[in-house]
Amino acid sequence: MSDIADRVRKIVVEHLNVDADKVTEKASFIDDLGADSLDQVELVMAFEEEFSVEIPDDAAESIQKFGDAVSFLEKAVK
Amino acid sequence: MKLRRVVVTGLGIVSPLGANVETVWKNILDGKSGAKKVDEFDVSDLACQIACRIPLGDSADGKFNPDDWMDVKEQRKVDPFIVYAMAAAGQALQDSGFEAQTDEQKERAGVLIGSGIGGVGGIYDASITLAEKGPRRISPFFIPGRLINLASGYVSIRHGLKGPNHSVVTACSTGAHAIGDAARLIALDDADIMVAGGAESPINRLSLAGFAACRALSTGFNDDPQRASRPYDKDRDGFVMGEGAGTVILEEYEHAKARGAKIYGEVVGYGLSGDAHHITAPAADGNGGYRSMQAAIKRAGMDVSEIDYVNAHGTSTPLGDEIELGAVTRLMGDHAKNVTMSSTKSAVGHLLGAAGAVEAIFSILAMRDNMAPPTINLDNPSVETEIDLVPNKSKAKEINVALSNSFGFGGTNASLVFKKVS
Repeated sequence: MSDIADRVRKIVVEHLNVDADKVTEKASFIDDLGADSLDQVELVMAFEEEFSVEIPDDAAESIQKFGDAVSFLEKAVK
Repeated sequence: MKLRRVVVTGLGIVSPLGANVETVWKNILDGKSGAKKVDEFDVSDLACQIACRIPLGDSADGKFNPDDWMDVKEQRKVDPFIVYAMAAAGQALQDSGFEAQTDEQKERAGVLIGSGIGGVGGIYDASITLAEKGPRRISPFFIPGRLINLASGYVSIRHGLKGPNHSVVTACSTGAHAIGDAARLIALDDADIMVAGGAESPINRLSLAGFAACRALSTGFNDDPQRASRPYDKDRDGFVMGEGAGTVILEEYEHAKARGAKIYGEVVGYGLSGDAHHITAPAADGNGGYRSMQAAIKRAGMDVSEIDYVNAHGTSTPLGDEIELGAVTRLMGDHAKNVTMSSTKSAVGHLLGAAGAVEAIFSILAMRDNMAPPTINLDNPSVETEIDLVPNKSKAKEINVALSNSFGFGGTNASLVFKKVS
């Protein structure tokens, strides 16, 4: 796992209060990790803050799973 | 339409003198004070540097552990007044033994919890975020975690209560208005059960600065906090802010009897009035408070001579205490010499929007135990009075009827009358 993935996982664990081993690549924030739509907005904000990037709303909507967030951020942070 | 009878079947409290009913009540009767110097944030430049704080710790020791009542993830999204409301409501429901299970039970049970100023701490923090980092850093939970009616919202969601969902915002009268209005919803057959009360989390730099600017807070006891809240004493110089929540379970009498519930007492009277005088100061003649008490006693169908105990608004401000005392004295007339009246704000401080609710609970417990709680720090009364103000030591007395007063900024007054159910 990349450094970015570890940092994303840490944010998800903190915000959603879930066990780290549940945060797998295919884990959906809403279906698997107990988030609601507002939690998801807040998660995206936390990613923006952590990685000093701006995630436009249409891109934010495509981030549904942990793996989506990691792959988006790996590209954005380069 | 005939009004239905409303009784109290559950109590819940989080306060500076403890986080469950029996702990708080014992500390009140023992004459303890919940005041301390504020050390969680910088107060060095504030006129008032003291407050009554909720003791955090293990609930087995009577202290407050927020994790008992709300998931850590949820706590982060809301201001503390909502966490306190969840705790007080959870306790009160447990105490009542009521759990909404069928659809009908759920739809006939509602929530009416108010707050004076709601999420002022979170608004302060978010304003700083907005100024320093811009609008994209404002959390989606900023609004729902600060709104006053979200205390009622969270409690209803947790316990599946689908009846009337309402809130009250009347400054320091909030808790009393919430209980009175909720009782009317039951009396008028809009619900069979209501979780009612108030919650407040005002202890932060912004609120301390604001209330001090109104000249409402004690400023002369920063080095001796436990002596600062001293209603009716000649050295009083303002109130001491408190935090917490109080909730009661109100229930239609036959409904309570049918399920064999423990009944603490009946809500027999509720009176409301407005001063129409000044935004912060009460009118010198005390007419607003006089009329709210009078209306509550009239609603109860009682004579003033039946009032055994008055839980005073009595905040320890130079102006307000004597005006209320004067109004009670005039209203009680020849009965004044038999009246016992105390201010429990001397012990827990002023819980603002929660004050009327925790003081309703103290009034009910005073009836249960036939014990009038003391007005602590009342060493030298500023005026002579026939009324027994219960200085410093609690007093055993048969209490069958208790009246609780709450008066708020804006000139908003509420009085409640509780009676034992034989």
